[in-house]
Amino acid sequence: MARALITMPATAKRGDVIEIRTLIAHPMETGYRRGDDGHVLPRNLIRRFACRYDNEIVFSADLYPAVAANPLIVFSTRATVTGALTFTWEGDNGFAQTETALLTVT
Amino acid sequence: MSASASRRPLREAPMRIARRSVLAAGTLCLLSVRPSRADAPPELEAAIRAFAEGKPVQSGRVTLEVAPLVENGNAVPIAVAVQSPMSDGDHVRQIAVYNEKNPQRDVVVFNLGPRAGRARVATRIRLATSQRLVALARLSDGSVWQHSVDVIVTLAACVES
Repeated sequence: MARALITMPATAKRGDVIEIRTLIAHPMETGYRRGDDGHVLPRNLIRRFACRYDNEIVFSADLYPAVAANPLIVFSTRATVTGALTFTWEGDNGFAQTETALLTVT
Repeated sequence: MSASASRRPLREAPMRIARRSVLAAGTLCLLSVRPSRADAPPELEAAIRAFAEGKPVQSGRVTLEVAPLVENGNAVPIAVAVQSPMSDGDHVRQIAVYNEKNPQRDVVVFNLGPRAGRARVATRIRLATSQRLVALARLSDGSVWQHSVDVIVTLAACVES
């Protein structure tokens, strides 16, 4: 399991727009670089990120080699109901990770 | 004597025209080879056209926030903001970023909807060299908007050998 950081408020008023920052430890190897032995390092990327909240994907992203290592993704969502936000990262070599964060809506 | 003197201008005339036309042609060549600054390079232009799906690409509404001078191309903070009320009827559906000189034109594509609340996203990207970045946004009415920024990179990202 890669280390993932999710920064967002724990509580919000209904209708408020909250900012969510996600960071995950991942090399994002482009497949264009050569190692010390001169061989091309095999591509190893996170290809897709999605945030699910209140039974719906509220935000998603397609990542390409030009995204820096340890991808940071900052986005927003509108607080609707108290519940869990589910974050998923999927990529090469069967990489898949899911994290959840609770949001209390008042 | 008088005959040869009168013949000389006749013989020189076509030569003078030829030299002038050669010079003119050369100047035309130089002008056509020099790329115009306003147009995006062909590969980047193709990526923009592919995203637009035949819709006209308009300037405005989108803001690509990136430092004009980047010290480390391995992690360049960027943010894209779009002027939009983000309501059910009028919202941003997609934000995409393309580059000019990395090995691949695509950088990142974000999919948003009315529940995003605010049309602003941020991430960190790699830049192989000084180049142009373009942010595009597709709104719910299908219109496509763009903003491009030229970035100077002092330490390039290790994207190729």
